[in-house]
Amino acid sequence: MHRVLAAEEPANPWFTWDYVRDNSGDLRAALEDHIVLTVETIAISVLIAFPLAVLAHRYRRLAGPVLGLTGVLYTIPSLALFAFIAPYTGLTQRTVLIGLVMYALLILVRNILAGLEGVPPDVREAAQGMGYGRGRMLWRVEVPVALPAIMAGVRVATVSTVALVTVGVIVGYGGLGGLILRGFQNNFYRAEIVTASVLTVALGLTLDLLLAGTTRLLTPWARKRT
Amino acid sequence: MNLIGDAIVWLNDPLNWQGKQGVPYLTYEHLYISFFAVLIAAVLSVPTALLLGHTGRGGGLTVVVSNVSRAIPTLALLTIFAATAIGFGNRATIIALAVFAVPPLLTNTYVGIRQVDPDVVEAARGMGLSGRSVLLRVELPLAVPLIAAGFRTAAVQVVATATLAALVGGGGLGRIITDGFGQQDRPQIVAGGFLVALLALLTEGSLAIVQRLVTPGRELKRSQRAVRRESDAVVV
Repeated sequence: MHRVLAAEEPANPWFTWDYVRDNSGDLRAALEDHIVLTVETIAISVLIAFPLAVLAHRYRRLAGPVLGLTGVLYTIPSLALFAFIAPYTGLTQRTVLIGLVMYALLILVRNILAGLEGVPPDVREAAQGMGYGRGRMLWRVEVPVALPAIMAGVRVATVSTVALVTVGVIVGYGGLGGLILRGFQNNFYRAEIVTASVLTVALGLTLDLLLAGTTRLLTPWARKRT
Repeated sequence: MNLIGDAIVWLNDPLNWQGKQGVPYLTYEHLYISFFAVLIAAVLSVPTALLLGHTGRGGGLTVVVSNVSRAIPTLALLTIFAATAIGFGNRATIIALAVFAVPPLLTNTYVGIRQVDPDVVEAARGMGLSGRSVLLRVELPLAVPLIAAGFRTAAVQVVATATLAALVGGGGLGRIITDGFGQQDRPQIVAGGFLVALLALLTEGSLAIVQRLVTPGRELKRSQRAVRRESDAVVV
């Protein structure tokens, strides 16, 4: 504004507070969408991944197919996955949600399974000796012991999901990704691109820290060791 | 409404296989972008990781690099590079993708060197090998299987994410999908998705074979699978 002479090339700084102030409404809305999509994705993925992992843990023969299938899904690029889903579910938030859940599944199933497999046989035997049945064994012994590994999986899945939500922009629901692409299409509006990108990374790292804190609260017995 | 049938019709249309918007050229462009991204990342990270692994320093660095990189959306980096002086197009895409190929190469090479049996290294030293010879003639050959695994992970990831370049004016097979969305052409969207998925799965499959070939012995394969599983089910 004060640089009147710079006529040939308008200033295009990488970051300005002016941008943040003028677009606080858009930023907040995009951030909210981003958080809602992430939380929904993780909640649904855990609900699907947990029974899958328990099944694979209980019936060893299922472990190969379950991990193989989720592995193939994981290899398919996100844009292609959205391309398969979108023609059926349309340009909706649900399309993004389904795609994101498919990706989070692999990470969660692997970690939950690894956690359950990592329960020491002695512990399981002791519980059996005390008369624990299968259900009680799972909830009272195996899940608590596997909790650090499970939470590690939830953290990785959450951080990856926050980054992946941006790709949802292809069907119009990319959270902060929408602002990143809008900045690109608005003649490389750098401030918009950078602000939205930084917010995305900050959101991922913040959720990661929150989950790390939750893990500490949930596993008081593991605290002394570290 | 037979979407899959229409997608097959799209794939059989000779018009879609010609010129700069045709499947063969876009596939070539996709592979070209991916190849150079992995190459740049390898030139930067493999020697660094070899040195770090050899001296046993920087273990924390590799963990931090891979954790932080996971939080950065590919789309963000692609867009940021496109908005720099490099300009949008394949060069910006290659650099952005190279950044994402660094962590798997760095981590796997580092772990590959670190997991070499210390007794073997000591024996080599006892035979009078210099530090350089120990690294190049003992540690490096023993780390090859894990380095190959790193290449596989990096390459599959790069091929997959190269698709996103189309969103910010880059080339490659992602074009077919983004153009399909732009024109509301649903058969083209599905056909593009199929081609991209196929390329990713073929990359994964062929590099898995390469990795198998450079991994000698059954025992090593098993231990390597264990390592791979460990690195996939990342704890922390």
